[in-house]
Amino acid sequence: MKWDTCDPKTAYVLHLADDALILGQRLSAWCGHGPILEQDIALTNVALDLIGLARQYYGYAAELIGDGCTENDLAFFRDSRAFTNHLLCEQPNGHWGDTLARQFFFDTFHFFQLEALQQSSDERLRHIAAKAIKETSYHAQFSAEWIIRMGDGTEESRSKITQSLRHFAPFALELFIPAQVDAAAHDLGFGPDVSVLESDWKEKIQSILTIATLSPLEWGFPKKGGKSGVHSEHHGYILAEMQSLARAYPDATW
Amino acid sequence: MSTTTHQWPLWEVFVRSKNGLAHKHVGSLHAPDSEMALKNARDVYTRRSEGISIWVVPSAAITASSPDEKDPLFAPSDDKVYRHPTFYDIPDEVGHM
Amino acid sequence: MGETHSLEDRFQAFVEAENKVEPKHWMPDGYRKTLVRQISQHAHSEIVGMLPEANWITRAPSLRAKLILLAKVQDEAGHGLYLYSAAETLGTSRDQMIDDLHSGKAKYSSIFNYPTLTWADMGAIGWLVDGAAIANQVMLCRTSYGPYSRAMVRICKEESFHQRQGFEIMMHLAKGTPEQKAMAQDALNRWWWPSIMMFGPSDDQSPNSAQSMKWRIKRKSNDELRQEFIDKTVPQAEFIGLTIPDPDLRWNEETGHYDFGTINWTEFFDVIAGNGPCNAERLAARQKAHDEGAWVREAAAAYAAKQASRSARRPAQTHAA
Repeated sequence: MKWDTCDPKTAYVLHLADDALILGQRLSAWCGHGPILEQDIALTNVALDLIGLARQYYGYAAELIGDGCTENDLAFFRDSRAFTNHLLCEQPNGHWGDTLARQFFFDTFHFFQLEALQQSSDERLRHIAAKAIKETSYHAQFSAEWIIRMGDGTEESRSKITQSLRHFAPFALELFIPAQVDAAAHDLGFGPDVSVLESDWKEKIQSILTIATLSPLEWGFPKKGGKSGVHSEHHGYILAEMQSLARAYPDATW
Repeated sequence: MSTTTHQWPLWEVFVRSKNGLAHKHVGSLHAPDSEMALKNARDVYTRRSEGISIWVVPSAAITASSPDEKDPLFAPSDDKVYRHPTFYDIPDEVGHM
Repeated sequence: MGETHSLEDRFQAFVEAENKVEPKHWMPDGYRKTLVRQISQHAHSEIVGMLPEANWITRAPSLRAKLILLAKVQDEAGHGLYLYSAAETLGTSRDQMIDDLHSGKAKYSSIFNYPTLTWADMGAIGWLVDGAAIANQVMLCRTSYGPYSRAMVRICKEESFHQRQGFEIMMHLAKGTPEQKAMAQDALNRWWWPSIMMFGPSDDQSPNSAQSMKWRIKRKSNDELRQEFIDKTVPQAEFIGLTIPDPDLRWNEETGHYDFGTINWTEFFDVIAGNGPCNAERLAARQKAHDEGAWVREAAAAYAAKQASRSARRPAQTHAA
């Protein structure tokens, strides 16, 4: 497949795209099942923004690959080992607290990532990031607001969100451990050194946890591998579902 | 258990569609507090970017005039402040109404 | 005027003069009850109606299709919300309406009790189900109750993209590979009859219809709306080369309308009675979302209460501008 051997820039753009698509795909499964209409609509907006962002990145990657490659080839016809999304993004939705804890970690990272991408040597990435950071800052507020409400809400919500945050903390650490795909991007000037983002991120996370009256997190041992294409077992099922129709009729246009 | 115990209050939403125009009532929604109400109003009522400024007001904070005697549908007995159900505080023990 | 006329007479004259009734107006109890029943039923249909389409969001065959479907199902949540809000102005809380849905006391459109089996069903729902809904909603923009009418105007503005989206899916399928065309025809075969049943039983069997028309809640009869929908939809099917599954369907020069076959009302009433293919699944999904969301709603309510008592101890805030 032509995208298995792509250059560092394309690989990096695909990494950004995969995060947005896989997390957007997870969130889209909430649509119609949220705790109350207003929140169903709000979370779906986040899903829409992420899938919209994924399209911009895949579209750019498809241009870089050339040879008639399309955004849909990249989203629907690559196998799990070719995806380089973070493990955090592919974790199951669980309950509202799980989804929002996952989202809180990712949104906060995403904000700093997009801020750094505005210094990218690549004009297109700077452009995409400048637009996406507005949406992402809204996402980060939304997830933080919910962490605060669950933390400082009822005994039950406090206990649930504490568990959710603990559960996802080790996955969040992967965000800041460079793998080949983002290390190469940093060396070539397209992307940030993700390890540098960690202190700002932890400070922000901690400040929200304080408002939420929650204790500081113990981070645990990092769970990583997604960025190198070594995923959790969940990933295969996400793709099996997401890609089933496109792959069943590979010659069809929709 | 009665689900009304935890029903989020109702908010009225007003949107300024462009500068120079007054805020206009567009509808209502349920939210636990003003911050969430504002965020939800943005999500619910400006999904197609119809607004540049949003107000949210607790429905319970609105004092409304009654139709006067000249109004064809004036009824002397109708002195209710407003018909939204959340205007009426029903003790939880009463249950559903 | 006034004293010699009863309030009912004045109300009737008021709506016949095409005035809008507003929440604080006097209105007959029957008018209020009919509206609450109809508006909440309509709201429930939007919310339950999210489920058959949401079933395909995670499997949409292209990124564009995924975004459009997701946005569409989200719109339905918004429409449900506008409608619940309109019904709330009549004095019934959303929680009460939702409880009535879950207990089976309130109904919703029976079409959402059919399963979505293929991607073409996304096309058929948008084209036929939304098409039928729009015919009804356009009429309801002129309904006599102000908040309902305003909700409908808002919904109609947003809804037009839905039917186009559905028709576009059908068009792509009908012009696609042989498998795609077969998928489109199969979806039309399964959704056609339930769609034309959506307008409800014929006028002579519809007990509330006449009174609703008199109160200007409805402006057209079920049969009129059904006929308009069929007249509009048949040429669209021809345009994309699909066959409507009704051997009795033919153009009638004299009436200027399409004649169509006999509707199987037994099936309609069976599905309404709870015996459709997905009634249990749909209600269970709504109930589950509501139950599993309870602790979330409680958490935010508890937080708001704490904040309120904290800010009561602080000085007042700034003005809105």
